[in-house]
Amino acid sequence: MLRLLWVGWVMHMKMLTRSAFNFWLGIVYPLFFATAAFFMFQSGDDPKPLLYASLGAAVMGIWGATSTAAGAALARERWTGTLELLVTAPAHFALILLPVTIAMATIGIYSMISTLVWGRLVFGIELEVGDPLAFVLAVPATVVSIGALGFLLAVAFVRFRQAWALGNMLEYPVWLVSGFLVPLTLFPDWVRPISWALAPTWGISAIRGAALGGSPYGDIALALSLGAGYTLAGILLLERALRTARVKASLSLS
Amino acid sequence: MNVVEAVDLRRTYKTTTGTIRRRSLEVEAVRGISFAIAEGELFGLLGPNGAGKTTTIKMLITLLIPTSGEARVLGHDVVEDARWVRERIGYVFGGDRGLYERLSAMDNLRYFAELYGVEPKGQRARIDELLELVGLKGREKERVEGYSRGMRQRLHIARGLLHDPPVVFLDEPTIGVDPVGARELRATIASLTASGKTVLLTTHYMFEADALCDRIAVIANGEIVAQGTPQELKAGVADGSVVEVEVFGVEERSVERLRQLAGVRAVTVEDQEQKQLLIVQTAPGLELTHAILSQLDGASVGRVSSREPTLEDAYVALVTAA
Repeated sequence: MLRLLWVGWVMHMKMLTRSAFNFWLGIVYPLFFATAAFFMFQSGDDPKPLLYASLGAAVMGIWGATSTAAGAALARERWTGTLELLVTAPAHFALILLPVTIAMATIGIYSMISTLVWGRLVFGIELEVGDPLAFVLAVPATVVSIGALGFLLAVAFVRFRQAWALGNMLEYPVWLVSGFLVPLTLFPDWVRPISWALAPTWGISAIRGAALGGSPYGDIALALSLGAGYTLAGILLLERALRTARVKASLSLS
Repeated sequence: MNVVEAVDLRRTYKTTTGTIRRRSLEVEAVRGISFAIAEGELFGLLGPNGAGKTTTIKMLITLLIPTSGEARVLGHDVVEDARWVRERIGYVFGGDRGLYERLSAMDNLRYFAELYGVEPKGQRARIDELLELVGLKGREKERVEGYSRGMRQRLHIARGLLHDPPVVFLDEPTIGVDPVGARELRATIASLTASGKTVLLTTHYMFEADALCDRIAVIANGEIVAQGTPQELKAGVADGSVVEVEVFGVEERSVERLRQLAGVRAVTVEDQEQKQLLIVQTAPGLELTHAILSQLDGASVGRVSSREPTLEDAYVALVTAA
């Protein structure tokens, strides 16, 4: 099982890194967000707000790559006819789908690095990490939990032909209510439960906690727990989604 | 023992039309077809585009759930035992799709070997063996995006055979491949039954079905209109004859009049640059050449000839009668 996940991840990473579209999506595109965020937070001499924005923009890149690219990747699998081949493979479909979304989230690390380097070179933002061990744990925990959320979305992408649009549609609302740039305290109370149910909320909180000072380990655990929950829900829904897709004939375009 | 069985298999698609006033439509793609394929047999499903060949194959390989009827592979129901069936079947389809373009052929095969549960220790040897079989040895490290249509098709076949399935489904595997490439592919397909595999092949190339298949089912409008060996199907029209007429500018109403002519079984029109070739199948014992020519008023007539019917004529007669 681990071997299948590993080989799937390697193959999808190879495909993504060879795509010019994903290069722009993963590296150049997030720099526009980061630049806007840096100008918004550039006030006074205190460097902390800028680092706050820098980390938020960096995680936006991971989420952006996962939500948009996972939808695009599944749509591409459908257009190129490989989705049908994946479904007719004897391996459990969750083990085929999970590496696709984890690979997307991994590509997001590129955007995280490029955002941080951009902030350092252009805006002089130093990345001073208060708790390096927690930071090293928080980043992969965020990547994996965002990948798991992408997996849950991918179940919808498999079932519905037009669901890739959902990924694009969810990109901005999720980074808004996850507190990537705007503190959650500014939102109305009814938004809070939505934020709490989203792993990116706890992921960015853990990364910021590790860098700026705080207690990130609880946030890391919450991000990973939510990620595990998404994965379990995805696996349970997947069999039903696949059966319905076989009834509705929505696995291919022909 | 029957390896593949379809019993009164039906499949309906629901579709909608219109933008503002949406109307729901039901399309019957497969209308109660039944057939059985014996072990080691190469069975052909022959029919025009839209006849229901691909829908039938997709039900048998567990991609579509039948609206009604039953289908079994190696005695197991394709709906209830889908995973069991998937472990024992290979699926190859024609055209450019179904491969990861940005990966090399080797990476494509490695990935699918993993998905199909090929033992890690034996993967390399199996991939080498298949690359040799399909003639891609030495090209396996190149990205698929640079492959020709024929090379892609051969890679498809290698992918479908990775887990050494006893049953192989080939959906129009030679479509769009150049004549030399198609001939090589047919040789590979023929070698599959020689190695004991049971093969279901869909095609709309008559000569391909004639050359490869032990038995053929002709499918039209979602129904099987004839079933038998290529010789049996040819015998169905062997008692008649075929009149071929070269014409310039024949009108559709003239062709329609020909179809109504007593003794005419089927009429097809092939466009050949500036002229058309009318192929008229007639009942035995009738000399209809004069009657045929008299219906072509206004059209210039070129060469006229008559010949014995072929499998293609049998197919045309069956499909046009459906």
